[in-house]
Amino acid sequence: MDSAEIAVHIPRLRRYARALAGDSHRADDLVQDTLERALVKFHLWRRGSDMRAWMFAIMHNVFVNQLRQRRETALDEATEAGLESAPRADPLELRDLEAALARLPAEQREVLLLVGLEQLSYAEASQALGIPVGTVMSRLSRARERLRELMSGAAPATNLTLVK
Amino acid sequence: MSPVTQSELHAYADGQLDEAQRLRIEAHLAQDQRATESVRLWREQNEALRVLYNPVLNEPVPQRLRAARAQRVRWPYYALAAGALAASFGLGWVLRAYQSERVVQLAALPHSAAVAYAVYAPEVRHPVEVGADQQDHLVKWLSKRLGHELKVPLLTQQGFELVGGRLLPGGKGPVAQFMYQDAKGQRITLYVSRRDAEPRDTAFRFSQEDKISVFYWIDGTLGYALSAEMDRARLLIVATAVYRQLNP
Repeated sequence: MDSAEIAVHIPRLRRYARALAGDSHRADDLVQDTLERALVKFHLWRRGSDMRAWMFAIMHNVFVNQLRQRRETALDEATEAGLESAPRADPLELRDLEAALARLPAEQREVLLLVGLEQLSYAEASQALGIPVGTVMSRLSRARERLRELMSGAAPATNLTLVK
Repeated sequence: MSPVTQSELHAYADGQLDEAQRLRIEAHLAQDQRATESVRLWREQNEALRVLYNPVLNEPVPQRLRAARAQRVRWPYYALAAGALAASFGLGWVLRAYQSERVVQLAALPHSAAVAYAVYAPEVRHPVEVGADQQDHLVKWLSKRLGHELKVPLLTQQGFELVGGRLLPGGKGPVAQFMYQDAKGQRITLYVSRRDAEPRDTAFRFSQEDKISVFYWIDGTLGYALSAEMDRARLLIVATAVYRQLNP
C-alpha cells in the first residue's frame, strides 16, 4: 500500500471543500491543509476504520480553525470601524443554490453536505463532525428547512453579521 | 403502527433505511401529502447539490495537492513514525523513484484505474455520464475522444450488465471508464487508456490497490484495467471474459 490510500480521497475532498468554502482557491487551501495534517497524523488512523470519515473529520477541524481565525480578523476590523455599520443582508436574490448554501450557518452546511452531497451515513457524519447522531439530525432538518426558505425567497430578512 | 418521526423521513429521503423500515415509511407517505412533499423536496436538494458540485470530481487534481502528499513529509516524521508512515507513503515514493520509468508507467495504470474505481463505483446517482441505454452514442463518443475504436465487452454471462461510461482525465490524455453492475449492486469498471509509447502486448498482471483488485494488460496502443472490490479469483473470471472478447 502506498500514498494511493490518501490519494483516492482527493477528488471527493475537493468536491466537499468546494461546496463548503464556496470559492475554489479557498477550497483547495482547505484540502491541502487537510492532506498535510492527515499525513502527519496518519499513524493515529486505525487501520480498518473508514478512512473517508477520518479525512472528513480532519477537514472539519481545519475548517473550524479557519472560521475562527477569520472571525477574529473580522471582529478586529469591525472594532476598528467602530461597529457602526453591520453588513446588511443582500436583497432577496437567492434563487441561486450556491448563494443560498453560503448563507447557511457553517455547522448546518457541513451536515447537509456530508449527507446530501457526500452520501455519508448519519453515523459517519456524526463521527466526522464529533457530534451525536441526534445533533446531526436536528442540524440536517434545520439546514433543509433554511435552504428551502432561501431558495424560495421567503427568508426572513435576518441581519447577517460577521460576528456571531 | 408507531408514528413516523421526522428523523425517519430524512433517513428515508437519504436512502439510509433497510427494506422493512422503507416499506413502513412508504405506507405512511401514501396517506401523508405533506410528508411526501417534504421528502420530494429534500431529495431535490440533494440532487441539486450533486449536479452543482459533481463536476469537481472530474477536474484534474492541482499539482500542489498532488505534491502535498510527497513533499510535505519531512525527514523527522520518518524517525517519529517510521513504521506506519514510511511503509505507507515514504517507502512507496522512494522505491518508485528507483524503478525504471517504463515500470512506473505500467504500474501507474492499475493505480489510476483503482483511483477512478474508488471515486465512481460508490456513486449512487451519477456513476456514469452516459447510460447503457445510449450504448451506441457512448461507444462512438469515447472512441472519438480516445482516438481509437473501442469495444464494449458483454458480461451478461458473468452476471454483469453495462451501466454506462464516462470520460476521465488521464496523465496522457483522455481515458474511458465503462461500468458494470451485477444484481447485488457489485460494480466493476473497465478503464481504457491510450498509450503513446511503442505498441506492444503484455500478459495479464494483477495488482492489489488497497481493497480494490485490478487486472491490467496492454494491447497494442491501449492499456486496459479491470477493477473491482472483489477477490482475485472471481475478478479473474471476468477479466478472462473481457480479454477474450476484445481479442477474438
